Amino acid sequence: MRTVFAPPASLTKDPFHYCPGCTHGIIHRLVAEAIDSLDIRERTIGVASVGCSVLAYQYFNTDMQQAAHGRAPAVATGIKRALPGSVVFTYQGDGDLASIGIAEVIHAAARGENITVVFVNNACYGMTGGQLAPTTLIGQTTTTSPGGRRVENTGYPIRMAEMLATLDGSAYIARVSVHDPAHVRQAKKSIQHAFEVQLAGRGFSMVEVLSTCPTNWGQKPVEALTWLKEKMLPQYPLGLFKVWERSEVNAS
Amino acid sequence: MGSVVVHLRFDEQRCKGCSICVSVCPKGVLALGEHINSAGYNPVVEAKQGCNGCGMCAWMCPDLVISIYKEMGA
Amino acid sequence: MKVLMKGNEALAEAAIRAGCRLFFGYPITPQNEIPEYLARRMPEVGGTFLQAESEVAAINMVYGAAGTGQRVMTSSSGPGISLKQEGISFLAGAELPCVIVNMMRGGPGLGSIQASQSDYFQATKGGGHGDYRIIVLAPGSVQELADMTVWAFELAEKYTTPVMILGDGTMGQMMEPVDLDTIPIKTGHSEFPWATTGCKDRPKRIINSLYLDATMLERHNQKLQRKYRLISEELPRAEAYHTDDAELVLVAFGTAARIARGAVDQGRANGLRLGLVRPITLWPFPGEFLLAATTGARKLLVVEMNTGQMVEDVRLVVEGRIPVHFHGRCGGMLPTVKDILAQIEEMGV
Repeated sequence: MRTVFAPPASLTKDPFHYCPGCTHGIIHRLVAEAIDSLDIRERTIGVASVGCSVLAYQYFNTDMQQAAHGRAPAVATGIKRALPGSVVFTYQGDGDLASIGIAEVIHAAARGENITVVFVNNACYGMTGGQLAPTTLIGQTTTTSPGGRRVENTGYPIRMAEMLATLDGSAYIARVSVHDPAHVRQAKKSIQHAFEVQLAGRGFSMVEVLSTCPTNWGQKPVEALTWLKEKMLPQYPLGLFKVWERSEVNAS
Repeated sequence: MGSVVVHLRFDEQRCKGCSICVSVCPKGVLALGEHINSAGYNPVVEAKQGCNGCGMCAWMCPDLVISIYKEMGA
Repeated sequence: MKVLMKGNEALAEAAIRAGCRLFFGYPITPQNEIPEYLARRMPEVGGTFLQAESEVAAINMVYGAAGTGQRVMTSSSGPGISLKQEGISFLAGAELPCVIVNMMRGGPGLGSIQASQSDYFQATKGGGHGDYRIIVLAPGSVQELADMTVWAFELAEKYTTPVMILGDGTMGQMMEPVDLDTIPIKTGHSEFPWATTGCKDRPKRIINSLYLDATMLERHNQKLQRKYRLISEELPRAEAYHTDDAELVLVAFGTAARIARGAVDQGRANGLRLGLVRPITLWPFPGEFLLAATTGARKLLVVEMNTGQMVEDVRLVVEGRIPVHFHGRCGGMLPTVKDILAQIEEMGV
């Protein structure tokens, strides 16, 4: 009997605590599948952040550290500098990475820190109850923007992938989505490529993954996938924003 | 050439009844069951014959509920 | 062989000899000689010096590196140590060993860059959130700065806890003869059963301070408290100077203790029976030592370069048995032997 699909070895057997239909589970699986297919589980150290995905340390079947809010890229830097032969990744949400931890991720990218960042953008703070995030869309209702996000008050959403791609130290920056099977396949390729960039010692790699938060968006899981496609994609276009070229590193 | 038999396996206790798998199945073979699992959800079931093993349900399942195996029939 | 070295540089070189190969820091006066020295020295020994984007990032880099089981250090001064408190709480919660240096300057706020001891509360009472303690060592000379750096790494690993070296601007900046040859050179690092180094041929490991289940978090806290009690039993250290016949005992640490010692000498030359207790560990506070050394004393005078911080611990220890007086200068001003003796005269021995 041939296995068409089975859970990856780089995930533990623990059931996810995420809400029904939350796409964190898909993204966890894609990261684990990349680790499996590159055969790097035994030398990978992951860094869980603060937010819904804090318990990622329980789910990835690799050594894990849990970082303070937003500090995962700094923690990952410490690990990578101590163990240059290891493979180090962070798994961070948009509140964690784009708000409180924006300094840490920018400087990790600017240093060309040879780590991989998996950035899950669901346009809100999930764990704390769906508050406004830097990535919340204009007009989007959250628990701290009850009348919808107003530019006059909280400004504009941040496009992290585009921003980090401007830095010479970043080697690979992509934005993908998991709202349908075709995009999940693309996301898998992208995440695996990010790890390959790290294995090649090329510097900072990040994959921004557009994700749903059915509970805090107040939508059914399937509706949330549609909302992501219709509302988030225009604000956060998918694509490859940085491809590593040796000449860029040499010039910097 | 023998026919291909597809086996769907459900880790039912992990299912949260989000029905994303049901919505992406091109053959419409999946549905949420009537019964309730230990987590309190109506878990996914294979309601009809006709699965071709395309894997879309498993690709989209956020909870690793679905495994798919193919067997060459007699 | 003794060489003349600045305190900050002696500390940095001692860290190298102690096997520290990872340093993450951020510039702030008056500790800049530590990162500057290590920026030169680390590459020579195959180590990592990294100037972080902030003290917040630096302490979290320390967290990541400490989690691999290697010796790692950061240094800063008051305002920077405030920023590091988040990370120190996480390090304490996750039980990771590391060495944190605070060359204290005057506060609050931006304060000044002159020497002060105004971070005693922050260091010894837990500047960050949650029920935790860190070991706090108070060096009294450049030689002690060097020796205590080695000791700090050993204690950090023994008790799996952050250890702070609480110096001050004067101690970091002053030059004294120091013998570093007495410090054995450590290379490589120890293997720890908790270190995240990649799960080859073993189950995965997790470095963490999150316990969502209340019973589990209480249990974790109780475990930490057992460790802190053990440290409190095993570690307290202090130095007594002329306390045997002293009627008035001064209590001071670090730079203030050097000045207080001068006051004891001069007072004794004038016929006053003065003594000095110098706490070397500030947490755990050497309370029993202090009690034993002051059984014959009629008065205590705590001398600090702040507005009165360690004096509270002294009062807690003596429990009103002996009157406790205070002499302090702050903001970068130093106490003087003359002023201390004037206050003693006013108090009457």
